[in-house]
Amino acid sequence: MNPVQDLIKNLADEHGRTRANLLPILQGVVEQEKYLSEYSMIEIARELNLSAADVYGTATFYSFLEHKKMGTYLIRVCKTITCAMKGKNQILLIIEDMLKIGLGETTSDGKFSLLQTNCLGWCHKAPAMLINDEVYTELTPESVREILTEYLKK
Amino acid sequence: MSNTIHVTINGIGLEMEKGKTILDAANQAGMIIPTLCFHKDLCIAGNCRVCVVEVSGQKRLAAACATPCEEEMEIQTNSLKVRNSRKHIIELLLSEHNADCTKCYKNGNCELQELASEYKIMTQDFLRLAPLKNYTIDQFSPSIIKDDSKCIRCQRCVRTCAELQGVNALTVAYKGDEMKIASFFEKAMNDVVCTNCGQCVNHCPTGALVERNYIEEVWDAISDPNKHVVVQTAPAVRVGLGEEMGMDVGTRVTGKMVSSLKRLGFNAVLDTDFTADLTIIEEGTELLHRLKKVLKEEDTSVKLPMATSCSPGWIKYIEHMYPEFLEHLSTCKSPQQMFGALVKTYYAKARKIDPEKIVSVSIMPCTAKKFEANRPEMHDSGYRDVDYVLTTRELAIMIKQAGIDFKKLPDEKFDRLMGESTGAGVIFGATGGVMEAALRTAYELVTGREIPFENLNITPVRGLDGVREAVIKIEDPLSEWAFLDGVELKCAVAHGLVNARKVMEAVKNGTSNYHFIEVMACPGGCLGGGGQPIPTSPEIREKRTEAIYAEDSGMPLRKSHENPEVLKIYQDFLGEPLGLKSHHLLHTKYIARDRY
Repeated sequence: MNPVQDLIKNLADEHGRTRANLLPILQGVVEQEKYLSEYSMIEIARELNLSAADVYGTATFYSFLEHKKMGTYLIRVCKTITCAMKGKNQILLIIEDMLKIGLGETTSDGKFSLLQTNCLGWCHKAPAMLINDEVYTELTPESVREILTEYLKK
Repeated sequence: MSNTIHVTINGIGLEMEKGKTILDAANQAGMIIPTLCFHKDLCIAGNCRVCVVEVSGQKRLAAACATPCEEEMEIQTNSLKVRNSRKHIIELLLSEHNADCTKCYKNGNCELQELASEYKIMTQDFLRLAPLKNYTIDQFSPSIIKDDSKCIRCQRCVRTCAELQGVNALTVAYKGDEMKIASFFEKAMNDVVCTNCGQCVNHCPTGALVERNYIEEVWDAISDPNKHVVVQTAPAVRVGLGEEMGMDVGTRVTGKMVSSLKRLGFNAVLDTDFTADLTIIEEGTELLHRLKKVLKEEDTSVKLPMATSCSPGWIKYIEHMYPEFLEHLSTCKSPQQMFGALVKTYYAKARKIDPEKIVSVSIMPCTAKKFEANRPEMHDSGYRDVDYVLTTRELAIMIKQAGIDFKKLPDEKFDRLMGESTGAGVIFGATGGVMEAALRTAYELVTGREIPFENLNITPVRGLDGVREAVIKIEDPLSEWAFLDGVELKCAVAHGLVNARKVMEAVKNGTSNYHFIEVMACPGGCLGGGGQPIPTSPEIREKRTEAIYAEDSGMPLRKSHENPEVLKIYQDFLGEPLGLKSHHLLHTKYIARDRY
């Protein structure tokens, strides 16, 4: 048993092995691994006696279940209209410049990935972004630089 | 409480059974509501929306297929609002659809095209999105082509693969405008658990899933004077082909099919039923051999139950899903592949034709047969045993291309040498048929008497229930088979892979003690195969089944071991069942494949 198999087995023990338990297991794997690899999906399918295609279908439906390799810190900048009007594009430019990656890309050291997301529900404090599960709001060029500098030190 | 409710459709009052949908009510009232995602074989999806109707008191239109009737419901199926909405829905579907209909294989047999024609969609009011989408065409499978540019995402294929087959090779991936029908990680169909059964093809309303066709290759072979083109026809084709030719469902067209094939220019028109009979001799002998090994000699290396091996969809399914049970499969090739191996050996020798020059074509109700013919081990004649496999639908296309007026054709007979068959060969086309044919022969081999069923009709294995069981008690056998005296032969028949799974789980868990299992990948058996005319529905399968058994009853010979050509081939060529030559030409091996 390798760590991913262990993880999946434990998650299945915890949540159960019916089709209805698929989602929490997918979330559990993403929490640990940051994304769902082809390998993890196959192992999940095997553990739950589902077809691999079904796992893939579920995983691709949900935006927060990534199925491409992601960095340790996954940055999601809100792309919805309020954040866009409040300067989302300038925020993106700064992140891209600091990390030297474009949207959908991961830094070569595997530390950061940059994505956009639909509305986070922080329109009243736009523009907003997520780094993993941490939300940052009322972003300005200065605050984004400070936040990222902290993460770069980690 | 009354079990009926009263509804009004377009002003006409109607008593309806409770729980029925608006679509059912409309059908009962003789009103046609267009549908796309709806299919009688499948659960309700309600996603295409072309069946919308107006319900009084409701602001929004209702999908007729997914809305149950309620007491005193007033329904309008043809109001201006309904008509305009339907038209817009069809236009929206077309805006994302590769509507280059003249270049589509399904041109003329497409439900979306029919609706566009019915609603006279003459303009392009919505933006054409199709060219902007990065659609994929997957044509790596020898059986099935999946073209996403033709897909309307009705999900009939997904439901078919899940509900009828339990394979789930296809799924709905992504969402919104990115939603698509995909295999695992969008791999090629040839590279996933797909069994090539073609039920998705049979259920697809458009050209998104079609069989890979070999029509031009066969025309080329026919027109090549240096080639001797031999064609074999599977039992189920003769009860389906008529539908493609505008005849009633369930019409038996054996004679007309033979004469049309002769007119197409095939050099010899032969019958897969001949090798179906041969399969029975080999497989029946194998079953008795296994029973002897297990029951008499207590040989644990020999496996029971033995499962039939005629259905290539079933073979690929068990290779993927139950690779630990491959030794339970009969080693017999399918009738198609037995035929192929014999055409380029026995037939070539007898007719004094260089096998190099023979092109062997088969007409099958099946798309998985294309994959089977393509399997690398199917070269036992020294050549590729079956060169091209055409579905019933492809044959119909060729007949139309040749300008043959099918209905006016005279009835002709199969050519000889591998053209003779019995009723036992014919019933291979229906679920339970291989079982029945095998029992007719095996029982007689063991006891020297006919199987004790009226008119040889072994009714317990017939019908369309998903799994059927039968127990045949062997009494007073010949001395050679004395160990079988009093043995109750337990048989199970399953059709549709979702039912095959039930039987296999019972075998796996040890909750069954079957001796012999017949599995056909497709619902109804081959007559409901993925290569049969579209549409295929429960009623259509029933009529084709009746036709198969009627064909059997009408045959002078009804037991495989009485087929004179079969007796002759053992005398002149094969020697004995399970003999050395049989082993080389008529038997095969299976490959364990990954489920994931």
